[in-house]
Amino acid sequence: MTDELREGLPFVVQLTVFVLAAWVGIEVISKVPQMLHTPLMSGTNAIHGVVLVGAILVLGAAAGGGFETVIGIVAVAFGAANVVGGFVVTDRMLQMFRRRPDPPDGEGR
Amino acid sequence: MDAGLRADLIQVAYLVAAFCFILGLRWLSSPRTARKGNLVAAVGMAIALVATIADASVETYIWIALAAIVGGAVGAVVARRVQMTAMPQLVALLNGLGGGAAALIAVAEYHRESVAHAGGSLPPVLAVGVMFSAIVGSISFSGSIVAFAKLQELLPGRPITWPGQKALNAVGAAVALGLAVYASFDIADPLLWVAVAIALVLGTAAVLPIGGADMPVVIAFLNACTGLAAAATGFMLDNTLLIIAGTLVGASGTLLTKLMGDAMNRSLTSVLFGAFGGGGAVATGASGEALPVLEISPSDLAAQLVYARRVSIVPGYGLAVAQAQHPVRELADLLGERGVQVSFAIHPVAGRMPGHMNVLLAEADVPYDQLLEMEEANPEFPQTDVVLVIGANDVVNPAARDDPSSPLHGMPILEVDRAENVIVFKRSMATGFAGIENLLFHDPKTRMLFGDARKSLVQLVQEVQAV
Repeated sequence: MTDELREGLPFVVQLTVFVLAAWVGIEVISKVPQMLHTPLMSGTNAIHGVVLVGAILVLGAAAGGGFETVIGIVAVAFGAANVVGGFVVTDRMLQMFRRRPDPPDGEGR
Repeated sequence: MDAGLRADLIQVAYLVAAFCFILGLRWLSSPRTARKGNLVAAVGMAIALVATIADASVETYIWIALAAIVGGAVGAVVARRVQMTAMPQLVALLNGLGGGAAALIAVAEYHRESVAHAGGSLPPVLAVGVMFSAIVGSISFSGSIVAFAKLQELLPGRPITWPGQKALNAVGAAVALGLAVYASFDIADPLLWVAVAIALVLGTAAVLPIGGADMPVVIAFLNACTGLAAAATGFMLDNTLLIIAGTLVGASGTLLTKLMGDAMNRSLTSVLFGAFGGGGAVATGASGEALPVLEISPSDLAAQLVYARRVSIVPGYGLAVAQAQHPVRELADLLGERGVQVSFAIHPVAGRMPGHMNVLLAEADVPYDQLLEMEEANPEFPQTDVVLVIGANDVVNPAARDDPSSPLHGMPILEVDRAENVIVFKRSMATGFAGIENLLFHDPKTRMLFGDARKSLVQLVQEVQAV
């Protein structure tokens, strides 16, 4: 049962994924201007809600109403609140950002 | 469907989700595409969740559905209702929930293993994953909850300290780690629970001594912690998507922590162990005597502003506290209509989380191309006629640049003292968060406008209209 839940990846492969993801993360995020730091943070906050995936796997494989089920239910609820709340609030924030309206003669900036 | 094919399709879905997350973050780096970026990331999350539910190992759906609906609904309602000034609290809270979920997953997995292989030991990779997500997730959970309570003013925002703090934290960390390592060798043993309990206390103890002005650093740090805890659950469950997404967040949180630390000239260690402003760091003016303070009336200031060519506004957290974002935008618009060039100069740590002030001004409809970062604003001050400092103090204190004995020394500041005239909106002559005297207020070209920032600005707007 435990092994069903796992993909059975060698540790070296996991480590490779980890290192490359860290690299991509640093590359992508180092270009974010200060103005967008709060949306970036609440956006990444929503993305780490991906633990919901882990919580679903654990709860989904938990048989009966035992310890793992109870823990799993709380974990899924936490993860779901994290994901939904994170994306909704980030969207609310970002929809407020607007440019100065272009002058009527269409010159722009 | 064939089991192998189903597993492959799930992997493809995870790949698409990871791609969406990276693209989303990429788009989040420009204000034009940011909203689309957030949406793409959300789509990626939806794909990942659908794929996970289709996983063969998932056998019971009812509890998943119930828990997800309740959690999601609470998240959605809170996220819709929250005020933009309360954004740091909400991010802290959601962050805590993510960290808590990671810790709970580790605990559940550990329990499953302890039932399946009682008396045995965990395979090394699994052990590291379980330990890391249990401990770091717990620290992130309790630390974030304390940060939330401080920002929400359920707990006092000032640093709370006690003797032997650092030593106790260090001992606690060592004990938690030792117990977790031991627990992975003898998995029937309930020692992991003790380790989790210690980690919860540790998270609380680490954030309690941190004062309000250091919150941007702490929130960024806790965000990184939850990201890494999520990545650890990926190692534990052999799930590449969790590793990728968690690591992306860990990297961004680490980077933001560093940026915030640099902007305050403080290392993470000095934030976590320093208790800035916890007493002792109070400097006095050069002579300790009462230095001269010159005031200005709103009507004089209105005239000065209308005839200025360039005006720069430096908003601090005091502006948000006074709910003065809207009148300040009105003032900027009025001056703009009269041909005055108006910009906002924003210090990286203005507010209670990274970039907070930008969000507050955006909410008040200030166009983002009027907002200048510190590096853009500083070269412009010498050509600026009037600078309005509203609810900011330490981030414009010239001592940070000039006085090597000042506790602020080395912190990058907005160099408003290089402008022609400086007007400081202030409630009283009290010192800033750090409790440090600001010589800017006594500069011959500085005028003070005392009173509530919101009232002063509303009055100023009326005066400008009358000029």
